[in-house]
Formats: sequence, structure tokens, C-alpha cells
Amino acid sequence: MIADIFSWIFILGGCVFLVIGGVGVLRMPDLFTRMHAASITDTLGAGLLILGMMIQGGFTLVTVKLFLIMLFAFFAGPTATHALAQAALSMGIKPLLSQDRRPDAVQSDDKGDGL
Amino acid sequence: MLHNFSLGIVLFATWLLLSGHFEPLLIGLGIVSVALVVYISHRMDVIDREGHPIHLGPRAFTYFPWLIWEIIKANIDVARIILKRDMPISPTLFFVKGGQETELGQVVYGNSITLTPGTITVDIIDGQFEIHALTSEAADELERGEMDMRVTRMEGLKEQSE
Repeated sequence: MIADIFSWIFILGGCVFLVIGGVGVLRMPDLFTRMHAASITDTLGAGLLILGMMIQGGFTLVTVKLFLIMLFAFFAGPTATHALAQAALSMGIKPLLSQDRRPDAVQSDDKGDGL
Repeated sequence: MLHNFSLGIVLFATWLLLSGHFEPLLIGLGIVSVALVVYISHRMDVIDREGHPIHLGPRAFTYFPWLIWEIIKANIDVARIILKRDMPISPTLFFVKGGQETELGQVVYGNSITLTPGTITVDIIDGQFEIHALTSEAADELERGEMDMRVTRMEGLKEQSE
């Protein structure tokens, strides 16, 4: 019973963060800022959902498999995000910036001649 | 040799946990497949400190809980920004210096930055990490360098040389 309550709290919390991430993707102005919103769904959204399901699973092999899913998501997620960001920047998609603290030489480097 | 052995153990544990069958036939098949995979990996020479970093072991277990806590805090920050009516973002591109000496350490640092909502590693050039941050506060936080220090400590080379 107590386990049920906790697992529901985690699952509902995960759902809330998934929805917030979705709203963020719609509200953000450009590709790069949208990726920040999407990373909410990757980390806390998916993480809380899986944690809630692991509590439902108890001490079984299902829980182990859920843990492995979370582990792979945590390693694959940032790799994909990084690949997307680097591809976008090197192909000349300009991020909306309020500050650019990079040295000038690098700033003029990504004018969009790409790979 | 130690790496071969520990890779075998990890693979076999994965086999057992994913199959959930403990009959002699299936365990035997598991041992054969694990031995084959370890042999092929050994011949390809891909079992090294980078591909199978067991030397990080205990230090990784103190780093990951801290990273998870940072991720939770950053998630809440970004969620609040999204839900605010005027959405106060100030996207910033900047460089931050990483103190890691191995490529493995740089990958861990870069992925930790990307995994934390609000910051994305775009590129690594000679130990300089090019980072896109959602707000200038997130950029300031990263430039303070606590995560860099912790990843470098987990890498463990500094302690050995002293």
C-alpha cells in the first residue's frame, strides 16, 4: 500500500515533467533552446516514470530490466543531444543568443560553410 | 587479464539477469557466448581502460549521486523557466576549460554537462568545452567549475601522481 502510494507519486511526477518538457518544446524560440526543454523529458521525466515502475516491480528481474533501460537512456541521451547540437551549429544554424562569451575568431568560424 | 575477467563477469551477470532462466542448458549457452565475446574483444584489442573503465569503480559511486542531485535541481530550474509567463531565457554560448587529462574524463564531463538540463556541450576543442546554456545563470554556475573539479577527481590521475 505504501509502496503503491510512492510509486504513484513518482509516476505522476514523471508525467508532470513530461508535459512541462512538451510545453517547453512548443514555447521555446529556436532549435537550441528547444533541446534544453527536451532534455527535461529525457532525464527527470523518464527517470521518475521508471523509478515508479521499479517500485511496482519490487525485487524481481523486471526491476533489473527497468534499471538497465534507465542506464542506457542516461548514456545514449546526451550523446544524441550533443550530436544534434554540433551538427546544427556546424551546418550554420545560428542560435538565438543574448550573450556570446566566445572569442571572436571562433564566432566568425561558424558562419555556415559547414562540413 | 583483469579486464578480460571483469568483462566476462559483467557480461555473464547481464545474461543471467536478462534471461531469468537458470537451467543448465541456458547457463551453458551463456558461458559459451560470453567466452566467445571476450575472446573476440580480446583479439580486436578493444578491452582497455577506455572501453571498460573498472579503475573508476569506487570513485564513480560518489560522483553519480552528486550528478543525479545536480540533474534534479537543474530540471526544476528549467521547468520553472518554461512555466513562467514571460519565459526569462538568456541563451549563452561560451567556452569552459576542462581539467581532465584523458579522453574518457572529457567524455564523462561533456556528457554530464549535456545530461544536466539547461546546458549542452556542442564541441570539445583541445580541452576547451564549447557550451550552449539556456540562461546566463546556468553558464555562470558551470564556469564556477565544481562539476569540472569533481570529474577530474573521479578520473583519479591527480592523486596517483602526487
